[in-house]
Amino acid sequence: MAKIIVITSGKGGVGKTTTSAAFATGLAMRGYRTVVIDFDVGLRNLDLIMGCERRVVYDFVNVINQEAKLAQALIKDKRLENLYILPASQTRDKDALSIEGVEKVLNELSQEFDFIVCDSPAGIERGAQMAMYFADTAIIVTNPEVSSVRDSDRILGILSSKTKLVEDGRGSPEEFLLLTRYSSRRVATGEMLSVNDVKEILAIRLLGVIPESTAVLNASNKGTPVILYDQSDAGQAYTDAVSRFLGENVPHRFIEEEKRGILKRIFRRSREQETVV
Amino acid sequence: MSLLDYFRNSRKTSANVAKERLQIIVSHERSRRPQNNFNLDELQQKLIAVISDYLHIDKNKFTVELERDADRSILELNVTLPEEVQQVETV
Repeated sequence: MAKIIVITSGKGGVGKTTTSAAFATGLAMRGYRTVVIDFDVGLRNLDLIMGCERRVVYDFVNVINQEAKLAQALIKDKRLENLYILPASQTRDKDALSIEGVEKVLNELSQEFDFIVCDSPAGIERGAQMAMYFADTAIIVTNPEVSSVRDSDRILGILSSKTKLVEDGRGSPEEFLLLTRYSSRRVATGEMLSVNDVKEILAIRLLGVIPESTAVLNASNKGTPVILYDQSDAGQAYTDAVSRFLGENVPHRFIEEEKRGILKRIFRRSREQETVV
Repeated sequence: MSLLDYFRNSRKTSANVAKERLQIIVSHERSRRPQNNFNLDELQQKLIAVISDYLHIDKNKFTVELERDADRSILELNVTLPEEVQQVETV
């Protein structure tokens, strides 16, 4: 049986798809058979972030509607042996995902994979609820910013009411906080909520802090999950988060503002723009 | 440095304001949220047991349903009493 992980946030643009791609890739790097599913029907983007947009033939909705077999729709990642992508369709039909259809596909995937990563769309509508419904674990992607934190709390409310685990009386999904676009410099000057502030407000376990990083845009430009940029701060932060997810005790990095000497300050620009794959 | 600290502490940073506002709105929104994670089956069994002390009921004609959305829940209790015995047993 696979473990089903939903990457969710409520608010859009906080880094769900970046996180889904990085996390799924990280799990596959650790040897787990992993599939990442795009639940954002109508606005498919995971394929772009994973760099497989030109290989999409069939999609999630085709499989649900039995227009294609699961094996035909799954895209095998070119970098990692254990990694597959199930793209969303671009249909405008909002009700394309049915509970029964999603369940059937997840059950089938469960036979083959260790982890199923569900990339939720923004919002709290049907697509987002479908992505959450079957989850064993939820990773709440939050920016240190008021609207994102509030929306994350709304998502926690839905996770503890509208999920299969809860409806079956088998507990509720495990919840983890992943704080993204974090700037320790702005936290130090008092213009950004700190990791402890957000932890205190949401009161869930912290999985990791991903620093605001130029590597994220560079990675998405190229269709490479940022975790593969192993010299970048964001890539390393995702690697740590995956290790913690797998139960390892890894200290948090990128939370404290780095003390910079004058030379480092001068060379800051060039250093931040450096990218290594 | 102490002078700088003095100015820093004397005015509230925008992050502090954000935290206070969030604490208020989040606790308000949480208080309106139903408390979850109770076992509906267990509730149903206990309700049947309690009602059976007072009334003869057909356990199969007893339903408890919980409807939830993000902001509220409705607990619906439906008991059909058998036609012949509707007298209340006093205990």
